[in-house]
Amino acid sequence: MTREAVVTGVGVVAPGGVGAKAFWELLSSGRTATRAITLFDPEGFRSRIAAECDFDAAGVLTPDEIARMDRYVQFGMAATREAVAEAGLETDEESSWRTAVSMGSAVGGTTQLEAEYVTASERGASWTIDHRKVTADLFRVFSPAPLAGEVAGAVGARGPVHTVSTGCTSGLDAIGYGLRLIEEGKADVVVAGAAESPVSPITVACFDAIRATSTRNDDPAHASRPFDRTRDGFVLGEGAAVLVLEEAGHARRRGARARCRVSGFATRGNAYHMTGLTREGLEMAEAIERALRHARVDPSGIDYVNAHGSGTQQNDRHETAAVKRALGAHAHDTLVSSIKSMVGHSLGAIGAIELAACVLAMDHDTVPPTANLDVPDPDCDLDYVPHEAREAPLRNVLSVGSGFGGFQSAVVLTPGERAR
Amino acid sequence: MTRRTVVTGMGVIAPSGVGVDAFWRSALAGHGALGRLSRYPADGYPLTVAGEVRGYDPASAIDTRVTVQTDRFTQFALAAADLALEQARLSPDTLPPYSFGAVTASAAGGVEFGQREIERLWSRGPGHVGPYQSIAWFYAASTGQLSIRHGLKGPCGVLVADESGGLDALAHAARDIRYGTTAMLAGGAEAPFAPFSMACQYGHGLLSEADDPDHAYLPFSDLARGFTPAEGGAVLVLEEEEAARARGAVPQARIAGHGTTWTGGEPHVHSAEGLAKAVLGALDEAGCAPSDVGVVFADGLAHPAADRAEADALRQVFGPALDSLPVTVPKAGFGRAYAGAAALDVTLAALTLRHGLVPPTPYATGTAYDLDLVTGAPRPTDTATALVLARGLAGGNSALVLRAPGH
Repeated sequence: MTREAVVTGVGVVAPGGVGAKAFWELLSSGRTATRAITLFDPEGFRSRIAAECDFDAAGVLTPDEIARMDRYVQFGMAATREAVAEAGLETDEESSWRTAVSMGSAVGGTTQLEAEYVTASERGASWTIDHRKVTADLFRVFSPAPLAGEVAGAVGARGPVHTVSTGCTSGLDAIGYGLRLIEEGKADVVVAGAAESPVSPITVACFDAIRATSTRNDDPAHASRPFDRTRDGFVLGEGAAVLVLEEAGHARRRGARARCRVSGFATRGNAYHMTGLTREGLEMAEAIERALRHARVDPSGIDYVNAHGSGTQQNDRHETAAVKRALGAHAHDTLVSSIKSMVGHSLGAIGAIELAACVLAMDHDTVPPTANLDVPDPDCDLDYVPHEAREAPLRNVLSVGSGFGGFQSAVVLTPGERAR
Repeated sequence: MTRRTVVTGMGVIAPSGVGVDAFWRSALAGHGALGRLSRYPADGYPLTVAGEVRGYDPASAIDTRVTVQTDRFTQFALAAADLALEQARLSPDTLPPYSFGAVTASAAGGVEFGQREIERLWSRGPGHVGPYQSIAWFYAASTGQLSIRHGLKGPCGVLVADESGGLDALAHAARDIRYGTTAMLAGGAEAPFAPFSMACQYGHGLLSEADDPDHAYLPFSDLARGFTPAEGGAVLVLEEEEAARARGAVPQARIAGHGTTWTGGEPHVHSAEGLAKAVLGALDEAGCAPSDVGVVFADGLAHPAADRAEADALRQVFGPALDSLPVTVPKAGFGRAYAGAAALDVTLAALTLRHGLVPPTPYATGTAYDLDLVTGAPRPTDTATALVLARGLAGGNSALVLRAPGH
């Protein structure tokens, strides 16, 4: 008897929209939330653009939580509370051990760590660090592991709790691992998602150094241009998304609405280069094919591909080739779009944010557009739904991600069922 | 029929020895490898005693093109994986594409590399961060480099976690094998000794501030004063059992069961119930009874409340039988290498099943708890089942059941 995982709650903190409703309004409008960086003074940096969240923590978190949690954890908590409230999830002594958490983050608390470093090193003057100048409980920020811990505490989970950090595929992988926990019977409920707040000097400098980010600094609103011939790199983003995954029978018994099913997941390495991608995209195609097989969905059954679509020259070519290889002739019939055109690339979080977008797209039978796609690229010849959202009946949806380390991940969503 | 996972190769880079043979000899001898922290000037800091890998440079195992783009924690993982593949006599290119993957766990990531680059940013300006910071600092560096080095195109995973996550990474790899992958490199390696990384950690109050290596890390003792951190780790070759036997590999042990729970971060006072549940979950998955277990590799945090909780958890699971169940903490001799610690413990557990000897708890002369703590000489055993425990500072409690091949 196969155990299936349905989605019973969705929570989102994204640039341009906090909460799933505002997020969907942004996506379906085709507006972009990319702008000049405000979180620090980006003077002197090569790329000075980001998609930032206008997030008021006071509305959702207690003063103690705000004081204790780094920005990305706050995002994760807010998304968790929204998702859990929608799911109507409550845990008791017994069910707490059957409730798991799987959260992703690529760079974790680097924003706060950097700020503390600057003080304790006197702006980089001292290698050995004055440890008396750092916050006493900085160990809570040292690694992203407390993200999953805070979420677990908030939802009363005492089952498997882990933090996934596969770089830019962290969000997809965290949700994929959550699916497996349910399939294998290790948990009945998994709070799964990802959070990131990477807009800090060191992270911006990292991507400057390898020219991965856009330098369209004079036109931030149009800087993220996936699949456009004039694209010049990705725009850094931030945010979080959380899905409540639940074993289908568990959801049905308690009368929770199954919005859809997470039915397939696979991840593969390209074993090629830490940042470089091949033109052919064989490994991403393999991940897609595996995820489809896991979901028992035929390639021709995919109505929408939520693309990684980061807006770097190599990614968009690579991905187009991979989708064509995996879906065959159907690649030209299906709809493909990248919401990074609107909300930027929030590294570890984006995979979860994109899956949340897919759930909302299925609810609305509407595909969010690829903004800023003005000039077609001959190497990118699929229907990327430029500029305007498009209504279309959506049954099966595929979301793909690609990240440093050569990781390629794919998740398939299929229709759920109303509780009987 | 469930696909079973066996360990066919183990690669170790530890303060007490590089390579399985040296590491095992040192563990049986109860050798203490803790010493004065030397990676950076430690005078005046709370932590002065550590488990450092000395007399061995992991960069020596890797070509320069890769060493310039990797932190020491990744270099440890790469060097350990080379040793593991050698022991397994497995050349990754003999397997079909996509059937060999990698999972690593880390708590610290590339902290030394990262501090060097962030120093350049703040002392010299935005243009001075090097091109490799983005791929050396982040947690995924080790798995990515392993994948590239060995052409592994199967599932690639990364968990961020401390000790408990190290066990979870092995379980994760076993899950990949159940889902159809033939072989996985799995484990954890750490290089936490950079000044800022350690400055982040003084606040949790669990690091031993003793300045005498002989009395720094004394789990289950009434003199316990916290743990001593270490660098290094282990990477294992895990294979689907039938495929391993078909190619003539010699399984060292089988990953039979895993359980994990979460009970919050505060000094482990609530971990007794959680750890007991994790053990029962692992035994259940392994199809074992508590009475099958013949040796316990304990977490041994060396904090009174945490040690009490662990002893209570073991009592809950094993009852009166705990009185004569050998419990050991060999890492007292070389320190806790965060996510690497669990992989090192699993290596020792596999060696115990194979050689019939339980390595002792170094530096220990006895225990203040109702446990049969192995001290002094190694203890002979004929057991086929070992239990490895690990807890994380973030609140995880994990247990792994390892069985001798054929059991």
